[in-house]
Amino acid sequence: MDKPLGPRGWTGVLVAIVLIAVVVPVLNLLVPADSVFHLDDFYVSLAGKILCYAICALAMDLIWGYTGILSLGHGLFFALGGYAMGMYLMRQIGTDGQYRSEMPDFMVFLNWKEFPWHWALSDSFVAQMLLVVLVPGVLAFVFGWFAFRSRIKGVYFSIITQALTFAAMLLFFRNETGFGGNNGFTDFKRILGVPIDQQMKVLLFVLSGLVLVGFFLMSRFIVGSKAGRVLQAIRDAETRVMFSGYDPVKYKLAIWTLSAVMCGVAGALYVPQVGIINPGEMSPAASIEIAIWAAVGGRGTLIGPIVGAFFVNGAKSWFTVAFPEFWLFFLGALFIAVTLFLPNGLVGLWRKLMRRGKEGEA
Amino acid sequence: MTPDLMESGARARAAYDTRIAALTQGGGFGRPVADGEVVFTQGVALYLDAVTVSFDGFKALNALSLTIDVGELRCIIGPNGAGKTTMMDCITGKTRPDSGTISFGSNIDLLRLKEPQIAGIGIGRKFQKPTVYEPLTVWQNLELSLKADRGVAASLFHRLSGEQRDRLEELLVLIHLKDEAPRTAGLLSHGQKQWLEIGMLLAQDPKLLLLDEPVAGMTDEETERTAELFLTLEGRHSLVVVEHDMSFVAALTEGRKKVTVLHEGSVLAEGLLAEVQANEKVVEVYLGR
Repeated sequence: MDKPLGPRGWTGVLVAIVLIAVVVPVLNLLVPADSVFHLDDFYVSLAGKILCYAICALAMDLIWGYTGILSLGHGLFFALGGYAMGMYLMRQIGTDGQYRSEMPDFMVFLNWKEFPWHWALSDSFVAQMLLVVLVPGVLAFVFGWFAFRSRIKGVYFSIITQALTFAAMLLFFRNETGFGGNNGFTDFKRILGVPIDQQMKVLLFVLSGLVLVGFFLMSRFIVGSKAGRVLQAIRDAETRVMFSGYDPVKYKLAIWTLSAVMCGVAGALYVPQVGIINPGEMSPAASIEIAIWAAVGGRGTLIGPIVGAFFVNGAKSWFTVAFPEFWLFFLGALFIAVTLFLPNGLVGLWRKLMRRGKEGEA
Repeated sequence: MTPDLMESGARARAAYDTRIAALTQGGGFGRPVADGEVVFTQGVALYLDAVTVSFDGFKALNALSLTIDVGELRCIIGPNGAGKTTMMDCITGKTRPDSGTISFGSNIDLLRLKEPQIAGIGIGRKFQKPTVYEPLTVWQNLELSLKADRGVAASLFHRLSGEQRDRLEELLVLIHLKDEAPRTAGLLSHGQKQWLEIGMLLAQDPKLLLLDEPVAGMTDEETERTAELFLTLEGRHSLVVVEHDMSFVAALTEGRKKVTVLHEGSVLAEGLLAEVQANEKVVEVYLGR
């Protein structure tokens, strides 16, 4: 077993934690708004959102970068985690909705008199937090069990995951499904009785950052273990792995389920920060974007996809303001450029430059 | 019933009980077999009977029957398309035969098991094209193959014991890759990759090794060393070697071991290399007369 991180790595983790848990909250909440050091609320919420995306990118790296299984349906797990959180948040609105009813507005609008069966536990924070983990986890496990046992691989697997998220999106679009149809959930007011104000948003930002750091360390531990090397072996020579006595199905299923759960947690952190969840998160494009973040940052590096999520989404928030029509063209061009010229992504480029720099010194 | 008859009956019963007790504890004949244990007491390592495989009507294996003894080193030769690789696929669970039986030892039906299980009970396979985990180091390649719990959780928290470390060092010396241990396997030469894969096989400590053209692409010196290595394994493991290189086969058989010739999916001839080479049918198949 390798050590998860070297001294430089631990320093990086420490800096990240201080930045997330101390610097950002202080600059946003304590520094007065007219100071040059004040961090605008907008940037906190943007960064909080991207932290959740980065968790997805990290999850994608475990399954795609290390195990060689490209999922084009990870947005589904993200959305399911988000919906599980959203249900709880809808119940927390209480009678403060438009119709002053105990029921969420969309149910009143549909003239429903009582909660559907799948809302039975929605009033309990603990139960819904369990569902955040269990719903994506169980779905991924069952789906993966059938797919991996049938030895569905490569592009076929990717297409099926894409179809899965698309089917789920259509299902969630229907009002009868009981998740607010195409409007989804919004207008959240409280978590655990505490209003969702700027302080709560900063808290959620810090929580997202710490979860990301935690998941990152966990992923480092996994890929540094013998199990991590089995995953890489499955990626490169699956038949050899089988004839060495390992059952690839078990390994794939374990990492696939873990990856889905990570996305579910990311979704649950995302929803209260952005204040909305709708079936758009399940669109095929949303899932493809996760793969793009991982590819741009550098697959099989763990840190790369996190960098990629920040780079692409940072660029997106700037581009969609400056040149709104050209964002998708830019994204496509970026993906093509990375595929052609930077097979190891931004992190690969950085490492290459560092190596060249060192050789230059010597 | 007379008393002396009863006495002799009791004596016979006591003798029987002690004999059974001795057998069940001593691990000999008459001992209950543990789950998944392979029984080799009848001297047979691998037994194929009337195995037939057809792909779209083409019979890759045609009622192939073959027996490999415990500790035997058997070379299998035959022209291209004779069914040598298909035979290995069937033994290791990659291909399911249409009919026939394949058993390992005298009690394990290989047709009921999946690839990882077959590897787990002690059948190691080397592919025709050397297959190693290229991005991993030589050391890590061997470590992954080392006999250990193959479960996910066990691998996640796995740590090499001192004993296992020694075993890996020993293997590195055996396959002449001691200095390459920290190198990435993808950077090895073709011959070295072949050696590494053989080392990975040995790390699994299999009872039966299936070697598909193990010296393809090796230099003469490497080929010679490989032959030496296989000869040291004979007796401890059963080996099935599929090879085209006749001088290598000659070195392995040492003029006294059996060679099997496959042709069109069944055994054409079996015997000493010299006998087989003199066999008219074999000459005909090879030279196409």
